[in-house]
Amino acid sequence: MADGTSVPVGVMTPAMAGTRRRSSLRRFSQRRSTIAFVMCLPLILLVAGFVIYPAFYAIYLSMLNKKMTAFVGLSNFAFLLKRNTFQLVIFQSCLFAVTSVIFKALIGIILAHLMHNIPGKNQRIWRGLLLVPWVIPLALSTLTWWWMFDPSYSAFNWILNQFGLESVPWLGVGWIARFCTITVNVWYGTPFFMIMYLAALKSVPEQLYEAAAIDGAGTWQKLFFVTLPMMRNIIAITVLFSLIVTFAEFDIVRILTSGGPQDMTHVFATYAFQVGIQSGDIPLGAADSLFMFPILAVAAFFVLRGVTRRSQEIAA
Amino acid sequence: MSSTTASAGAVPQVRRKQHSLHRQRAWALWASYIALGFFVVIFLAPPFYTLMTSLKSSAEISAQTGSPWIVRHPTLENFWYLITYPNFQTYYLNSAMITVGVVVISMTIAILAAFSLARMGFWGSQTLATGVFLTYLIPASLLFLPLFQIVGKLGLINSVWCLLILYPTLAVPFCTWIMIGYFSSIPKELDEAALIDGAGYLQILWRIFIPVAMPGIIAATIFAFTVSWGAFLYPLAYLYTSNQMVLTVGIISDLIRGDVFQWGKIMAACLLASLPPIVIYAFLMDYYVAGLTAGATKG
Repeated sequence: MADGTSVPVGVMTPAMAGTRRRSSLRRFSQRRSTIAFVMCLPLILLVAGFVIYPAFYAIYLSMLNKKMTAFVGLSNFAFLLKRNTFQLVIFQSCLFAVTSVIFKALIGIILAHLMHNIPGKNQRIWRGLLLVPWVIPLALSTLTWWWMFDPSYSAFNWILNQFGLESVPWLGVGWIARFCTITVNVWYGTPFFMIMYLAALKSVPEQLYEAAAIDGAGTWQKLFFVTLPMMRNIIAITVLFSLIVTFAEFDIVRILTSGGPQDMTHVFATYAFQVGIQSGDIPLGAADSLFMFPILAVAAFFVLRGVTRRSQEIAA
Repeated sequence: MSSTTASAGAVPQVRRKQHSLHRQRAWALWASYIALGFFVVIFLAPPFYTLMTSLKSSAEISAQTGSPWIVRHPTLENFWYLITYPNFQTYYLNSAMITVGVVVISMTIAILAAFSLARMGFWGSQTLATGVFLTYLIPASLLFLPLFQIVGKLGLINSVWCLLILYPTLAVPFCTWIMIGYFSSIPKELDEAALIDGAGYLQILWRIFIPVAMPGIIAATIFAFTVSWGAFLYPLAYLYTSNQMVLTVGIISDLIRGDVFQWGKIMAACLLASLPPIVIYAFLMDYYVAGLTAGATKG
């Protein structure tokens, strides 16, 4: 990629003396990399100032007391771990992220297959319709969901009542509220999986299916022995990527339940907001959000490995 | 077995098989349409409900009789109220201003960096490219508390301008990633020819790379737009007064007062606020989808 030598050689005239040629060549490539570095500088400053520095600052903050006057070591972390609410937060974050991602991936793959069956022109319209949930800003569409879950005039309860079923206190009871937050996340995130898988499906060479058909493979065998192995890498990247995003999710829980009832829907992000901004205990909130880091780091490692492997496959 | 008898026996069989294959295909197509229709109904139910509620008067909502899914006396009073409501105008203006600013800043940073990383390179540029991708994976919810302190020290708490420096951190890494992909796919001969003709690097970027990689630039721009139009956590944490708020937080804090929910107005506001993204996606969806999936399927 950065093989700078091929260009300058072409620029030089062959009459130049060897030493001069080498030094001016070096000067050229030095100038080239200086310009390159300067062009990258805004990016480096932005990332260093507002991503890397805050990340380390968070570690420092998490070791201070509430008024940020004294260093208390790891006692914020110990305090959190002993707290019953925080144990719930850990459980709920994992439940929220894992369940949501599984459903998003499953429904996404089903939708992608259905979409793949449909001929080109219609496909665009159907795809556009199904992408609507993903296009509306999440904070705004969650407001609609909140209104649909409204205890006194719920749109869902009305449907249930039409079928003679009893009203459900959607956001009032712990497990039901957890189910609701997960539902909204699945509704919002599935279209992303669908377009990713649809693109992947289109990239599977048709000859493989023909070869499989000649060998007598049925629909399911084609799915399990051709489609899924060919898409393995993209499925892995999308799932891990979505796991990171869903794990750090804030908007849905904040708007729909604010962590209630009885802290039974809090996730790391909303709990950090409640502790850090609303109760003004920034160090404790920072400690809370840092608990996300190990899980995110492991997922990020595998995403990166998947992406590099994928680009090597393409290059080969 | 002579060839004639073999073919004579095989023809009807083949035809029948083709016929059944055709029927099977048609059946699969219809099944797909029906299943997709089912999913579309479910996925579009919330937006539909938003539209229905936004057309209802407060009286119709508080009557709580009959189906909530249909509107009996449609009225535009909610929309009219919002359009003439000074606070809502402020939110809309703030959102638009910040979004335009963020898109310009993010794209400038991302294009310069991507060109440098994809084509020129310097010591450690490979590591930097990987690092940029990793920063994309650091979520806002991990950073908003230390950033609260930093924004405070900069004196930008409760100022809408703080978003102008915070949103690019969400947009730039992925935009750079998309642009690196597009720039790398441009044949090297193009810029070598330009170099020989005596063009500078900025000229090469401006005259060759930006026009050629336009689809990628559109995709990255839409991404930056989406991020800064819809972000919720930063404005919620750093902005308090209504003259500084953007749409996402303004609607919630303004139209929900204590236990009073003006649902008709809230839904109308959601609809108005979702309009710019919907319009943009309606026209440029293909570019965006292509840019997004290129990241995963091409490398």
